[in-house]
Amino acid sequence: MADKKYETVIGLEIHAEFSTHSKLFCTCEVKFGSDANTQTCPICLGMPGVLPVMNKRALEFAIRAGLAMNCKIASYSKFDRKNYFYPDLPKGYQISQYDLPLACDGYVDFEFEDEIKRVRIHRVHLEEDAGKLVHADVTGDPNRSYVDFNRSCVPLLEIVSEPNLRSPAAAIAYWRAVKEILEYIDVSDCNMEEGSFRCDANISLRPVGSEEFGTRTELKNKNSFQHVLAALQYEEKRQARILDEGGTVEQVTLLYDLNTGRTSPMRSKEEAHDYRYFPEPDLAPFEVDPEEVERLRSTLPELPAERRKRFVEEYGIPAYDAGFLTTTRQMADFFDETARLSGDPKASSNWIMGDVSALLNSAGIGIQDAKVTAAHLSELIQLIKGGTISGKIAKSVIADVFETGKFPKQIVEEKGLAQISDTSAIEAVVDQVIAAHSGPAQDYRDGKKKALGFLVGQVMRATRGKANPQMVNQLLRRKLDG
Amino acid sequence: MPLYELTAHELHEKLKAREITSVELTQSVYDRIGAVEEKIQGYITLTQDIAFEQAEAADVGFQRGDEMPPLAGIPIAIKDVICTKGVLTTCGSKILGNFVSPYDATVMTKLHQQGAVMIGKTNMDEFAMGSSTENSAYRITRNPWNLETIPGGSSGGSVAAVAADEAICSLGSDTGGSIRQPAALCGVVGMRPTYGRVSRFGLVAFASSLDQIGPISKDVTDCALMLNAICGHDPMDSTAANLPVPDFTKSLIADVKGIKIGIPKEYFTEGMDAEVEASVRHAIELLRSAGATVEEISLPHTEYAIATYYIIAPAEASANLARYDGVRYGFRAENAEDLIDMYKKTRSQGFGEEVKRRIMLGTYALSSGYYDAYYLKAQKVRTLIKSDFDKAFEKVDVVVTPTSPTPAFKIGERTADPLQMYLSDVLNTPSSLAGLPGISIPCGLTQSGLPIGLQILAAPFEEEKILRVAYTFEQHTDHHRWKPEL
Amino acid sequence: MATITTDDVKHVANLARLEFSEEETQQFTHQLARILDYIGKLNELDTTDVPPTSHVLPIRNVVKEDVAEPSYDRDLVLATAPAAEEGHFEVPQVIE
Repeated sequence: MADKKYETVIGLEIHAEFSTHSKLFCTCEVKFGSDANTQTCPICLGMPGVLPVMNKRALEFAIRAGLAMNCKIASYSKFDRKNYFYPDLPKGYQISQYDLPLACDGYVDFEFEDEIKRVRIHRVHLEEDAGKLVHADVTGDPNRSYVDFNRSCVPLLEIVSEPNLRSPAAAIAYWRAVKEILEYIDVSDCNMEEGSFRCDANISLRPVGSEEFGTRTELKNKNSFQHVLAALQYEEKRQARILDEGGTVEQVTLLYDLNTGRTSPMRSKEEAHDYRYFPEPDLAPFEVDPEEVERLRSTLPELPAERRKRFVEEYGIPAYDAGFLTTTRQMADFFDETARLSGDPKASSNWIMGDVSALLNSAGIGIQDAKVTAAHLSELIQLIKGGTISGKIAKSVIADVFETGKFPKQIVEEKGLAQISDTSAIEAVVDQVIAAHSGPAQDYRDGKKKALGFLVGQVMRATRGKANPQMVNQLLRRKLDG
Repeated sequence: MPLYELTAHELHEKLKAREITSVELTQSVYDRIGAVEEKIQGYITLTQDIAFEQAEAADVGFQRGDEMPPLAGIPIAIKDVICTKGVLTTCGSKILGNFVSPYDATVMTKLHQQGAVMIGKTNMDEFAMGSSTENSAYRITRNPWNLETIPGGSSGGSVAAVAADEAICSLGSDTGGSIRQPAALCGVVGMRPTYGRVSRFGLVAFASSLDQIGPISKDVTDCALMLNAICGHDPMDSTAANLPVPDFTKSLIADVKGIKIGIPKEYFTEGMDAEVEASVRHAIELLRSAGATVEEISLPHTEYAIATYYIIAPAEASANLARYDGVRYGFRAENAEDLIDMYKKTRSQGFGEEVKRRIMLGTYALSSGYYDAYYLKAQKVRTLIKSDFDKAFEKVDVVVTPTSPTPAFKIGERTADPLQMYLSDVLNTPSSLAGLPGISIPCGLTQSGLPIGLQILAAPFEEEKILRVAYTFEQHTDHHRWKPEL
Repeated sequence: MATITTDDVKHVANLARLEFSEEETQQFTHQLARILDYIGKLNELDTTDVPPTSHVLPIRNVVKEDVAEPSYDRDLVLATAPAAEEGHFEVPQVIE
């Protein structure tokens, strides 16, 4: 918990790799996990004489991302060279955007501590990713490092927020909100383990009530919520301690070590970089016309926050459920369609949050990869409503659907799971049970209402669970009371 | 007449008529190289195996009576700044001394499609930085007209090879005059196409907004044939113009009636060699008597071109050459203590002095606090220089000037003072900055037998006008037939 | 414009990952100073309202379709490497 003497000021620079088929400037495939340097070519290796050509879809993704974050899209935008030396940077410069980015002046709303908070987005721009440096601990030789350029030239979106965040937890909530948006609009799989979604965080402290910003430190390139949260919390305390002692915070770039729980300065960042930006002569500038912007805007799906609101208002489900159901866009789509087809949003929600999610979790897959579709689930809901099967039987049916992909009606038929709702058939069984269990029957007549439960259970057992429970209940009572 | 002395268009007729074979022709060129290369030193790499394979393939087509493109079976030399697959590509530098390119430049693919024969890779100023080819890490190329003098640069090897008949034609590159200036000094035809006419994919970059590949040939007809072969849009180059390529041979008309020629007064400066001036003025008179109208024009910002060029080109170069770091290809220094040491040793040992000087100049011009004063300022003056030409071309069709203020100077004469060397580009850099097409054609010899070049410039994408004026002049003279004694 | 000093030259050399002997540094300082002095000519011109030229052709919006093609064979790619190990390019240790 931050010292109440100081106000914490945090800004995030989020990097998300686009899930395009090919890289930003060459035709190598964008794929995670291949053997080192098997997804490279002279262009993404920065060989002599090569030239970049812009991936159209990456540009469109960037504009859509800007729109989804409520930004203004630049009508004229260009690329620039950011010059520095590092082994994972093949050309000795990164093609990025400096003064005329594709999008700017937007905002992202997110829920935090039961309130809607807004972070202003300073700018959103497109750039190429660098390769990956692999160190001694992986290969064994402490004096060597190794470079894999598979990731070089993958399209990267950089989202720079204003320093509006006031706590490490809020920063994480904002980061999660951005992840959700990017996943929803299908531009990035935001796979943090694979490194396709990372952030740099800037944090500074200032006395409460002060207008001026304090000196900030930067935490580099992390791809784990837990890691960044811990790092920011540590930094918050560290800076507070320094200020308490009357010292000054040094403006440095830091690395947080999860093991020691402390930050330390990054050696390679000790010298301030002079990036010597200048306009990229190998790429023509981009003029995006308003019609194209609107066309791209129309391709955006309903965004998560809006969707949650609509679920609550249109379907009348609780906010908590809406939150759960919109965890992924695919889940939200599944719910939307099931609710529509079945006509019963509440039942749809219950089934998804309950049995369906449990099945997905044990299989370790998302709804998009499951055999269950909205059509399957809505059919199941209708079968229950129509009395064909009981809720209990339905649980085994849904598991079957999950396994086989067969429709519920087919499964019920094949396995003879249909509820027995034929009064005379049930009556026959009821009579048998009353005759076989005269003791409990008498108990009930004597006023022990609980005995009914036992008798209902016996009828269900005799019918292998298929008797319509309400009907069983009714018939038993009629016969016993009467 | 030995085969190596002929032009591509003359040789095409003979090949078509099956009077000669490409293999014979190729052998003739290699024999010539064997005879004079020791004096000229124009080549870094000779590619005999590939050349004869290509010659044989061309011969098969000719034998069959196939319709063969104009450059089929023709031996062509390639400046070593152009990437050639499977062949050493050094850019005249030690830092790429072992670099075998894994891919072909687009122009190479186009030449292969024509069935041309690649004779070898030619010497050049390191990374195209220089005006004399003295900055090569490998050898000094000599001007075939006087072996004590420079051939010009940076395409010195490609130009000397053509002038000495060690190649029928060649490819060079022009950033601030690197095709035109050596062409003038060695008495051959050298053309810089409009920026964007020829794909830069595979051209090792020096200054990205200025570099262009262009042909070097013995006459204007061969120049047109080469342009037809190498020009055209390329999806691999975002700066290549998406415009149709005309058949440049249709401009080979020996008639300039109605053509308006502009003579910029700023190009006839005091420091200019008297013989050069006389020869160029004589050439202009010839064009006037052939029916062109001649008027004096002004390109007022000419005197600022060198300063502008020597900020923009080194700035872009400092970034373009950052990739030479010893990590993925090329030279890597030994005994480096750590990564930064490896970078510094590699680059300091691998690059020559002029390259280092320009990297330093460029880095400084872009560095924090200096960007506005230097780079941005230069970009603005570039706009002024370009607009001088835009205004001129509203009044005239072509601009005619000397190509170089002096004929070839002695080897070693200007190496002590870099600024002196930079000033030799004064007549070529303005048009480079404006992205204009320009040709140099031979228009005379000095008393001491050194060639003089005539430069013809036109508005963007108006190479046809240039070729027409050049062809007319050529047809009225026989400078293009003179050869040095070797 | 300020005159370039040997300290400037050392700083720029570091940015450009070049190293020079004392003598070379002196020489470069002298040469660069002369060249920059000449370049100072540009200050004679008033360019306040003049737009800069970054691209000499009015080309815009050059793009390619998002289609992946096979990459280069790793052996070909590593063939030019000064040092390689286990499919990676090898460099002296990088300390973060």
